[in-house]
Amino acid sequence: MPDLLDRDTLKTFRVGGDERLARAELRRQVGRLEHELSRLCAEAFPRLTLDTEVPASFAVPRVARLEELEQVRDALAERIAVARQALRKQDELETRNRELLERMLTAPAEHKWMRISRADVGEPGCGHWHSRPRLGPLGMLMGWWRVKVSSGCPLSGRLAAVER
Amino acid sequence: MGSAEASGSDLGSEPRARQGWVAPHIAAEFPGLGIAWVELESKRTNSPEPVRRRLRDLSDRFYGSHAIHMRERPIPWAYRVFFRQIGLDPDHTRTPVEQLALDRLHDGAFVSRGMPADALTIATVETGVALRVFDMTRLRGELCIRDSAPGESLPGKPTELAQGTLTIADGRGPLGLLFGGPIADAGFDSDAVQIAIVAVQVKGVPQAAVDEALWIAGAALAA
Repeated sequence: MPDLLDRDTLKTFRVGGDERLARAELRRQVGRLEHELSRLCAEAFPRLTLDTEVPASFAVPRVARLEELEQVRDALAERIAVARQALRKQDELETRNRELLERMLTAPAEHKWMRISRADVGEPGCGHWHSRPRLGPLGMLMGWWRVKVSSGCPLSGRLAAVER
Repeated sequence: MGSAEASGSDLGSEPRARQGWVAPHIAAEFPGLGIAWVELESKRTNSPEPVRRRLRDLSDRFYGSHAIHMRERPIPWAYRVFFRQIGLDPDHTRTPVEQLALDRLHDGAFVSRGMPADALTIATVETGVALRVFDMTRLRGELCIRDSAPGESLPGKPTELAQGTLTIADGRGPLGLLFGGPIADAGFDSDAVQIAIVAVQVKGVPQAAVDEALWIAGAALAA
């Protein structure tokens, strides 16, 4: 992988003048930005789906001109900026939710009927924490609140094992 | 690309991997771009059980998270970058390995499509290298990567290629687009016995991966 990020050798630039040097540099930048965008996508998965589409310059493969490479680079840079912002917002939201979950676990009666899913705190799976009264209506009247933890849906493999 | 030789006991005839050429001005723009191929015997048939079993095994160890993280791996990433560099959007025109990953998620498995398509699927998923197959009886001379000249078109297509389109070509003319073209086995005749499995190498894809891809495809065809 690192060799994609390396600058091309000077031998490459002997044909075609300075513009080839600029194109090679832009291609290196495109490679670096693509790597960063891929990293952000992987980091966001499965919490967020990031938009990584950069409109194609052509319908068919061609040697892109300088300005076309600049457009790709700029579009990638913009996508990265948007992705970083979306991830930062998501991180802040999940942090707030985790703090709320801690408060709910400490004092369930102060968060009656509140339900926080694993997705809300950025964890995989479909489980949730739910503040509910112990013993139903009696618990409601007596103020016996607790947080019930659901481990989520059974995996398809487990269901298949049950059927067998 | 240096010369390489495919070998292995599974390959009865031990076909040699041949190196094609890249037009000098294209090679100057894209160092590391290369093309290699092996000639093998095959015709369009249903895949034998060992190949279908291997597809099932591949399906079992390939999940959504693999598809997401795939683009971080060096070889799929190298193709993504190359797509960006030649003006294609890899999220729209998928790289070969990402297209297979998407199909796997969509279909729930790597569905057998017979030979030689299955051999290409196995080799591409295992290595990430972009492979295509051509009917050897239609090829003339060495394979190469070059840009199209004025008036040239793809076989069976009346529309003229835009000048400068990157193509895989032989001695007569363009055979297909370098990427983003028709399906992998376009140009493959149902009666063909001699086929060429072609690997397109881009910067960041090691020669060993190309050799391995051709060898795996050859071994699958010989199964």
